[in-house]
Amino acid sequence: MELQLSSEDAGFRDEVRGFIAENYPTEMRVPNPETDLSKEQMLLWHRILYNKGWIAPLWPKQYGGPGWSITQRFLFERETSRAGTLPPLAFSVTMVGPVIYTFGNEAQKQKFLPRILSGQDWWCQGYSEPGSGSDLASVHTKAVREGDHYIVNGHKTWTTLAQHADWIFCLVRTDPAAKPQSGISFLLIDMKSPGVSVRPIITIDGSHEVNDVFLENVRVPVENLIGEENKGWTYAKFLLGNERTSMAGIGRSTRTLNRLRKIVESEIPSDDPAYLEFIKEIARIELDVLALEATELRVVAQMSRGIDPGAAASLFKIRGTEIFQEITELTHRAIGNYGLAIREHPMSANHFMPGPEYGHTASERYLNSRKLSIYGGSNEIQRNIIAKAVLGL
Amino acid sequence: MDIQLTEEQELLRASVQRLLRDQYGFDVRRKIVATEQGWSRKHWNSFAELGLLAAPFSEEAGGLGGGPLATMIVMQEFGRHLVVEPFVETVVLCGSLIEHFGSQDQKQQFIPDIIAGDSIWALAWTEKGSRYDINNVTVTAKRDGGGYILNGEKAAVIGAPWSDWLIVSARTSGDRSDRDGVSLFIVDRRAANLDLQNFRTIDGRSAAEIRLREVKVDAGMLLGAEGSGVLALEQCRDIAIAALCAEAVGAMAELNAVTLEYAKTRKQFGTTLGSFQVLQHRMVDMFIAHQEAISLMQHLSLSLVTREPGGSKLASGAKSKIGYAAKFIAEQAVQLHGGMGMSDELNVGHYFKRISSFNIQFGDPAYHILRYARQN
Repeated sequence: MELQLSSEDAGFRDEVRGFIAENYPTEMRVPNPETDLSKEQMLLWHRILYNKGWIAPLWPKQYGGPGWSITQRFLFERETSRAGTLPPLAFSVTMVGPVIYTFGNEAQKQKFLPRILSGQDWWCQGYSEPGSGSDLASVHTKAVREGDHYIVNGHKTWTTLAQHADWIFCLVRTDPAAKPQSGISFLLIDMKSPGVSVRPIITIDGSHEVNDVFLENVRVPVENLIGEENKGWTYAKFLLGNERTSMAGIGRSTRTLNRLRKIVESEIPSDDPAYLEFIKEIARIELDVLALEATELRVVAQMSRGIDPGAAASLFKIRGTEIFQEITELTHRAIGNYGLAIREHPMSANHFMPGPEYGHTASERYLNSRKLSIYGGSNEIQRNIIAKAVLGL
Repeated sequence: MDIQLTEEQELLRASVQRLLRDQYGFDVRRKIVATEQGWSRKHWNSFAELGLLAAPFSEEAGGLGGGPLATMIVMQEFGRHLVVEPFVETVVLCGSLIEHFGSQDQKQQFIPDIIAGDSIWALAWTEKGSRYDINNVTVTAKRDGGGYILNGEKAAVIGAPWSDWLIVSARTSGDRSDRDGVSLFIVDRRAANLDLQNFRTIDGRSAAEIRLREVKVDAGMLLGAEGSGVLALEQCRDIAIAALCAEAVGAMAELNAVTLEYAKTRKQFGTTLGSFQVLQHRMVDMFIAHQEAISLMQHLSLSLVTREPGGSKLASGAKSKIGYAAKFIAEQAVQLHGGMGMSDELNVGHYFKRISSFNIQFGDPAYHILRYARQN
């Protein structure tokens, strides 16, 4: 589907497309970029975008954003995702950055924002705790004021890429007597502080993406508090809203669906009844993607006319993740017997992986994508949000 | 991408809405359907007076030049009110066939009458064994002096009992499923040796089995070039699908609205239905299905306006996806209304039946998903 673009917008789209083609590092084109790259490799594209001034499309110009229109942001997102580039670390650029420039003080902006943009600091998110699930307000990690410091004790979990992180932004309980959502503060913690330790959690696909983060008597300077004490829930909700905006994942779904089509063409003879089943399923999902994309364009058009998108982000999260999960499931099914095999972690050239190369990541992607409907507010939570905000139930 | 309506289009929407709100409430509709005739000439005349029958036609043809977007606007509102009058058959199907494929004489003879509300049309393309294939035609048309003689049977022709004129597909050459050799003829519905067996449709309209025995048709009633009827019908099907999808989207909007309203007021076990999470999530899925259907409907109508390549594939895609979405919403609307959803008195079941009929017209969702897939 193509947007009807003004000539400036079309020129911008071509510029982005050309820039990606010329500059995206070949080193980052690995079978599974989410799991196969080192920290340094992940940051290559980040730094290229930074040097170009394109690292933070959502940020206001004064803090280092490019000053794009809503349509330009959308086009950038679309071109980068269609080209299969690894997006810059969301926890830094999309999540904590906007919280800092929106709610932080001048000193915090000066200190953190430039280092986020350049990729010097790697951030991780200290929201979830053991037992909290989708109920993020049930924060148990405690921060007790002691002079110019908070003493933090607690246990964060499902912390994505904490193994690389320089900083963690945490929800901590500063007022144990208040109602769950009113006694929470938003604290920035240096991962090198004494008392911070990270333990890997290996997920069902065999990869190390997430971690436990333990905080034992960690001394955090009071200047690392964002906004007001006990107002952290407001900032957390603001951040979660940002997290859900780009979850339609049209580019990713389109790419993986094309890949699936090729796999089906080479794996299954066209006179096999299974072939017809697959092409029907592919067509159905392709239409799901098309409908979601058309919905996204409708919302973008409304936003550029100043209309509030409402709970659209929840809709994109639900459908985007459902669609991608279906694609990974079908891909796993399409490779037949070799769906039994799974790559070993850590990666090594010595490990034998059977079957055609296009199937090598099918098992792990199928397994890994189960997370999509769980994280970022489970799809059930998203349905609750729409029920309340849109349907008034 | 979101269709921002022009002032003219907003006006059209507002005037259809007002007309239907004032004159086409559910009780009125029920009475119209219960009459012997089954449709209302009075309302049809109101549509003509308001310019709805002229809206999609080009200005050269005497219309208002609104094209597929005008059709989309009108049909969404017709869908919301379950309008039974044969707008799709007369204006969208037969009207566009005459406009795009008719001779100058035919356009002058027929389009002004359609716009004025003076003639009702029906398209006879389906046959007993054809299912949804346009080229599967066994009715024959043989040259005879200055005209043609038609023989054979057409099946389940919607609106035929109401019509003054039919457009009939018949084979002038080739074998049963050949794409070439199908021609279109304008036939007087009251012509000698043309017999109708009328029946009621699931959604309260009227249709007929049609038998043609040595029916004489003048050469001047051949519509488009001889043998090229399949192409014309395919193009017309895309336009009709867009119109029907808009109608379905309108019906879905109404079903979601009444279901939500019911969930907020109806009490069970001392609390409203809408307080149960399982029902909340169901209604969220109904909401999402409707949103996606709106998006696809707009995308299809816009692509017909700009005549993008792949429009026919997209029409099949939309018919399938919107069909499944409409079926989901209709079934859940009945389910969430409980026993009342089964009652003929309530409007919900009537929307359900209209959607069931929509899902058959021009091919069901499974037919269209395969047609879409095969063009990949």
